[in-house]
Amino acid sequence: MCQPKRKSKSWFRGTSLGTDFLQYTITGLTVGVIYAMVAIGYNIIYNVTEIINFAQGEFVMLGGLFAAFFVGTLHLPVFLAFFAAVLTTGCVGFAMERFVIRRARNAGVLSLIIITIAVSILLKGSAMLGYGKDPHCLPAFSTGGPIMIAGAVLQPQVLWIFGVSALVVIALSVFFHRSFYGKAMLACADNPIAARMVGIPVRQMVLLAFILSASIGAAAGVIITPISLMDYDRGAMLGLKGFGAAVLGGLGNFYGALLAGCVLGLAESYCAGYLSSGYKDAVALIFLLMALFFKPEGLFGAEAASLKKF
Amino acid sequence: MNKKDRWAFVGMGLLIAVFPGVALNVKCISHYVDVMIFAGIFSLVSLGLCMLMGYAGQVSMAQAAFFGIGAYSSGILTSRLGWNPWMAMPAGAGVAALVAWVIGVPALRLKGHYLAMATLGFGVIVHIILGEEVKWTGGPSGMVDIPGLQIAGWKLTSEVAWYYMIWSVVFIALLFCLHVIYSRVGRGLRAIHEEEMAAESMGVPTACYKVQIFVFSAILSAIAGSFYTHYVTCLNPGSFNLMWSIRFVLMVMVGGMQSLWGAILGAVLLTFAGNEWLQIFSDFEILVYGAMLLCAALFLPGGLASLVPKVIGVFRNSLTYLCKR
Repeated sequence: MCQPKRKSKSWFRGTSLGTDFLQYTITGLTVGVIYAMVAIGYNIIYNVTEIINFAQGEFVMLGGLFAAFFVGTLHLPVFLAFFAAVLTTGCVGFAMERFVIRRARNAGVLSLIIITIAVSILLKGSAMLGYGKDPHCLPAFSTGGPIMIAGAVLQPQVLWIFGVSALVVIALSVFFHRSFYGKAMLACADNPIAARMVGIPVRQMVLLAFILSASIGAAAGVIITPISLMDYDRGAMLGLKGFGAAVLGGLGNFYGALLAGCVLGLAESYCAGYLSSGYKDAVALIFLLMALFFKPEGLFGAEAASLKKF
Repeated sequence: MNKKDRWAFVGMGLLIAVFPGVALNVKCISHYVDVMIFAGIFSLVSLGLCMLMGYAGQVSMAQAAFFGIGAYSSGILTSRLGWNPWMAMPAGAGVAALVAWVIGVPALRLKGHYLAMATLGFGVIVHIILGEEVKWTGGPSGMVDIPGLQIAGWKLTSEVAWYYMIWSVVFIALLFCLHVIYSRVGRGLRAIHEEEMAAESMGVPTACYKVQIFVFSAILSAIAGSFYTHYVTCLNPGSFNLMWSIRFVLMVMVGGMQSLWGAILGAVLLTFAGNEWLQIFSDFEILVYGAMLLCAALFLPGGLASLVPKVIGVFRNSLTYLCKR
């Protein structure tokens, strides 16, 4: 059922440079959107708590593995498995906030960093214990062969990825700017003490933020698994690249994250295609370092406010 | 150095000096000398990291990268270019210092989470480079046949000789660190840890100190990496990945961030845990490490070193209680 991410080279034989370019662009946008969703997860938690959650990438990994479990072992239909995986990972996010982060709310920044790293190691270790070291796969969301565009291959799953992530971004924007809860969450980010004074339950908002960001990470994990498979070891890298997208787009900015994620994905894909596939993982990290060193407020963040909180 | 440190220094020196004599005569722990050599090597890294994290308050997730830079510099210079190991070691330290300076100047302007992420990203980049530059580093399969160390024509082959050499280096480094933290620089560093803005306004050159201590920790890690290379005589990139950086942080956390003695204690404990006691968990030791890190950060933020005064206090109280009766 699993389709390999990269088609064999024979697909390209005799095709023009333009076709290659188109193919790389499609691949790049696909992974870019995933990075963007990881970045959105960072943004939600950052918006409410000003914590950078180093375990964000593990949520993506967990989502993919849970979905693989629901489909492979429990034989649920894929769509049901999607929601089940998102829900289960949401519970993991709940547990993380309720039992770990809340205990450490008076701890210093250094302790918080160590704690979220520890949680990420624990999640990774548990995933290895539960699912083994082999990659797991999922069937694509819809049947049907690949679509050909000017010689380049577009898998239907890619359309699902674009659709789901667009839905997530729009839904989150509406949530944060239109709904009562969303506005309350933003208020917590702005000034927790003032928020508490007007009667917003800040702790519940923090809890909600962790659940939301875990769920979104899981959704990203489920939709990418049919294309690129998922194993226990993917979390750290996805997390780092997602953080790169979050910083590049300006922390806390959802549309910025989407755009920056696509930029990172494209850069990575072109590097793999034209320069060296071995260094493709380094590209996003170099972008991350450059963004942190030279433009920490992000490409699209006009105000330099994003760094003041640390 | 104050009086307590002097006593601790002498005590630890004696302990370390007699250890091989005891260990080699007891059959079931005779291989502990080998473990203690690794513990010594990792102590060098954790001393540097302790200065950076505990005293200057800056987190670094890239120590394994500097360790790797030192190790691979030594490996490449000696086995590929035929340098003398004692020349390759300072060269490796120099490379690490240069890299640390280039990365440190922009990175240390960042704080907290951002600095952690930046160093994490840098560490992963170094790991990728070590795996990709197959022509120089041997790629994922690594390097073999790296020469051992020689002192004045005498080859260091026995474990005991290695043991005493490594631990004398650790003691020299410790002495240096102790002198630094009780100096003007050390007070400045602690001021940065407490409140950077206040330190800056009191005239502590914060940016300069932070970069200097970052470079210093990188140099110590690189030297440790060189010793590691010449001791195990083979290398592969797996020893320099993110997990190792986390392990170094764990060593400092477990021992106690604000104590150089704690850093050495943490390195020794973690090395024994990794090489000996946790072997039964095989692949799942990662879970144990995660749990240890979490517990250390949540329940024992001062590390084991913070328990020592408490234990001494309890001991003293009970002693006076007994004497009164």
